[in-house]
Amino acid sequence: MSAGPDGPEDRLRRFATIWSRAVFPVTSTSSTRPEFEEQLLPLARRLSEALRARTFDADAGKAVGAALVAAHCTDPEALSRSLDCVDAYLVLYCGTDGDQEDQRARSARLQHAMAAGFAQALRERTLAEQEAISAAALKAQGVVAQALHATEARFRAVFEGAAIGIGIADLEGNILQVNGALLRMFGVSEQAVRSRNVKEWTHPEDAPQTWKLYDELVRGEREHYHVEKAFYRPDGTVLWTNLTVSLLRDADGDPQYQLALMEDTTERRLLNLRLRYEATHDALTGLPNRTFFFERLEKALGAGEGQRFGLCYLDLDGFKTVNDSLGHAAGDRLLVEVADRLQSCATAPGEMVARLGGDEFVALTTGSDTEREVDDLAARIMNALIAPISVDGRELTVRGSIGIVEGPAGERSPAEVLRSADITMYRAKSAGGNRFELADPEADARAITRHGLTTALPAALDRGEFFIEYQPLVHLGDGSVRGAEALVRWLHPQHGVLGPDRFIPLAEHTGLIVPLGRWVLEQSVRQAREWRERHDGAGPLRINVNLSPCQLNHPGLVQDTVDILERAGVAPDALCLEVTESALIGADDDLLKPLRRLAEMGVDIALDDFGTGYSNLANLRRLPVSVLKLDRSFTQSMQQFPADPVDLKIVEGIVSLAHSLSLAVTVEGVETGAQAEQLRILGCDTAQGWYYARPGPPERLHELALVDATG
Amino acid sequence: MERPAWAPRSIDISVPSVSRIYDYYLGGSHNFEVDREAARKAMEFMPGLPKIMQANRAFMRRAVRFAIDEGITQFLDIGSGIPTFGNVHEVAQSASPGAHVVYVDHDPVAVAHSQAVLEGTDGADVVAADLRKPQDILTSSQVERLIDLNRPVALLLVAILHFVEDEDDPYAAVAELRDALAPGSMLVLTHASYEGIPLPEERAKGTVDVYRDIRNPLIMRSREGIARFFEGYDMVEPGLVPMPLWRPDTAPEDEDPYAFSGFAGVGRTA
Repeated sequence: MSAGPDGPEDRLRRFATIWSRAVFPVTSTSSTRPEFEEQLLPLARRLSEALRARTFDADAGKAVGAALVAAHCTDPEALSRSLDCVDAYLVLYCGTDGDQEDQRARSARLQHAMAAGFAQALRERTLAEQEAISAAALKAQGVVAQALHATEARFRAVFEGAAIGIGIADLEGNILQVNGALLRMFGVSEQAVRSRNVKEWTHPEDAPQTWKLYDELVRGEREHYHVEKAFYRPDGTVLWTNLTVSLLRDADGDPQYQLALMEDTTERRLLNLRLRYEATHDALTGLPNRTFFFERLEKALGAGEGQRFGLCYLDLDGFKTVNDSLGHAAGDRLLVEVADRLQSCATAPGEMVARLGGDEFVALTTGSDTEREVDDLAARIMNALIAPISVDGRELTVRGSIGIVEGPAGERSPAEVLRSADITMYRAKSAGGNRFELADPEADARAITRHGLTTALPAALDRGEFFIEYQPLVHLGDGSVRGAEALVRWLHPQHGVLGPDRFIPLAEHTGLIVPLGRWVLEQSVRQAREWRERHDGAGPLRINVNLSPCQLNHPGLVQDTVDILERAGVAPDALCLEVTESALIGADDDLLKPLRRLAEMGVDIALDDFGTGYSNLANLRRLPVSVLKLDRSFTQSMQQFPADPVDLKIVEGIVSLAHSLSLAVTVEGVETGAQAEQLRILGCDTAQGWYYARPGPPERLHELALVDATG
Repeated sequence: MERPAWAPRSIDISVPSVSRIYDYYLGGSHNFEVDREAARKAMEFMPGLPKIMQANRAFMRRAVRFAIDEGITQFLDIGSGIPTFGNVHEVAQSASPGAHVVYVDHDPVAVAHSQAVLEGTDGADVVAADLRKPQDILTSSQVERLIDLNRPVALLLVAILHFVEDEDDPYAAVAELRDALAPGSMLVLTHASYEGIPLPEERAKGTVDVYRDIRNPLIMRSREGIARFFEGYDMVEPGLVPMPLWRPDTAPEDEDPYAFSGFAGVGRTA
């Protein structure tokens, strides 16, 4: 054999080339064709040798067939093409010059062996690969199963350890599984729960939609719902829950189970109920409060056609006096008793009583016949108040003024209704109290609402709608004018001149009293200087200015007063500040400190309305007071003749006590000469009242003082 | 075996798998009847599918050798499927015995099979992870053990990106991998496309439908869309081309027309 151009080796190579060209297109190998040819070359050599071997060796053919499979010629077409190639070219390129027929027969046998070897190898490879892939699938499934197991264990732990109750039931409602938290909530054993059906868990307080939602869910029409739901525990107590029920579907989306998550809200609910009660009820009387009343009123006013409402707005007459004279505790007890009586007046369905605040109550009646009912209701209330109320062993007569509003639903807002009732109540009050009045749109329009005044107050100060009148203070000994009390008035653009009783409480309430009070003080002090300048000879004229409780508490009081006096160049002793007795009841040193400082500077402090309140005589010692102003109630009885000897004794006692404490005594409300004489005899120092002069412009005082000086 | 984080809820071998179908195209028997059924259906529309797979394998072989020639000895083959023959580690390690290869696949059966095949092989391992979560791959113990991220890596994304839908943002995943690999790293990529298939598009679409039906949609992208994966890479000559035209060993004229379906390319970061 030689490797020459047409030598055996070259011929073998050419055979391999032909073979590789035929088979390469149907192989799966990633080799290039030349590389593939290199793989076939040894196979070609083996076939060539087998062709020429002395004896036939089937194994050579089988090995070549198997090698084809190993070279990734697994496509049957690869075998077919290989056999074609061997059949056509093996003898031609690798044969000898010997018997051609024999060589062709040998070639055919080699092809049979190749086919057998190929089939055998392919079968083994296929089986091996099938086994390998099955093993891989099994292993992967094992991994997944393990993962699932771990996941399941984790979910199990979550299920069991969850603080919220979890339960799973089938779509018929049979309970399949519940967790520990749920058992603890219900206070039952797992057995007791698992034999039950969720549909048995009804409760009278179930919201109407609860079971409708449930039905929708188990029918697969709803994915989940959330309700507040009550359950009975086996011991009969009630469990309140926040319940969320979800539908669980299988992989195909078909409903399978229902999952309930529940949170125990029993405690929270109780707390909520209590908070709600507290938010809607008056702590003192237990009656519904303003909030609750407005809710109800709003509902009543929003009711359908044919529905009406009737409202009684009650304000007690003279309650402030009770509070001031007997103390707040007594006032509170009175209110509680009134509340109880009112409640017994409104017991029919659709009726309610509420306390709006202070001594203001409302009674509401609703329905279609409130025109008649509301009159009855007002009458019942008036009747209920007739019997005196016993507080601390005293029999107190309580009277009230009622404003009634009645009308069809759907026309007015709650605020409008209440305003109308308020106005009407005031009408009843100004007509003397102890009566009820029916709302009248025209009267409403005329009436001055507290609301309207309150909102107009700030602008009124800016616009200079206030002015001051002065009422002389006369010395009882010689009848000379010693000073005057400054009394603020409001010239309201619509309502004319309003007295302080109409707006001072409102100004107190809104805090406007501080700037207003400062303005009054400024004006009055300036007036005092003017008087001093104008009639030097008539002796010093003092100016009395009222201080409201709110001003007393204002931190700028002392500084403001000092500034005003200095600016006007007026000595402190020309000023007397009047403070009501009730404002100083229970006053501690902090409150008294500013008054003390003013008193030390020389400002006189007068205790106003003395005798109407607590009149704690012992307390007088510690107050920085230099003047007592006796309330007009003491002087009223002296208008008659002869005067009530007891009243005389009381006044005499007070005067004697005041003088022994170095306090001057001023009396108010002197209307007759007899009164004035009587009071002079009793030792009072100064007096004011219509007998001398009504409050008037500053010029009037000037004239009076001048009369004194000349007369 | 450590539990893979992505473990599916179950393995259902009654559902065809793209890696077993691929094996069938390559004449392997690592497949089940469901896989073969799907493969036969796909081949009804595109009888030359196996030729495309072979061209992929041949390209990958050339690209791995190219990477070795360029001095890269670390390979990250994502979407490695079921290794039948001519795998990256065989090609790489025959050219550079110390080369390291990490295979990545999200098909648990493919991973299990790879583990069996790689048993006792040094320098090669397989990670069960998903291309869509590059961090799972990069932080795997196998990558930590075999790949030095401070040195260049050849990232192989051969015949995988066309199985990632746009809503899963394959571009972001590829960019994240690019940023995680050292400068000088390579991206070796092939991608299916209607461009180059020797059939009318309507007919080729039949094959796409088969993949859609087995819930492994085949996303055919344009050359332009495929080129976007190489953002941040410098293209290696001859750029993004049909597979037989990328640095061929033999005359491309000899190749089956189907081998020209889709595109192949190699990019390298600076």
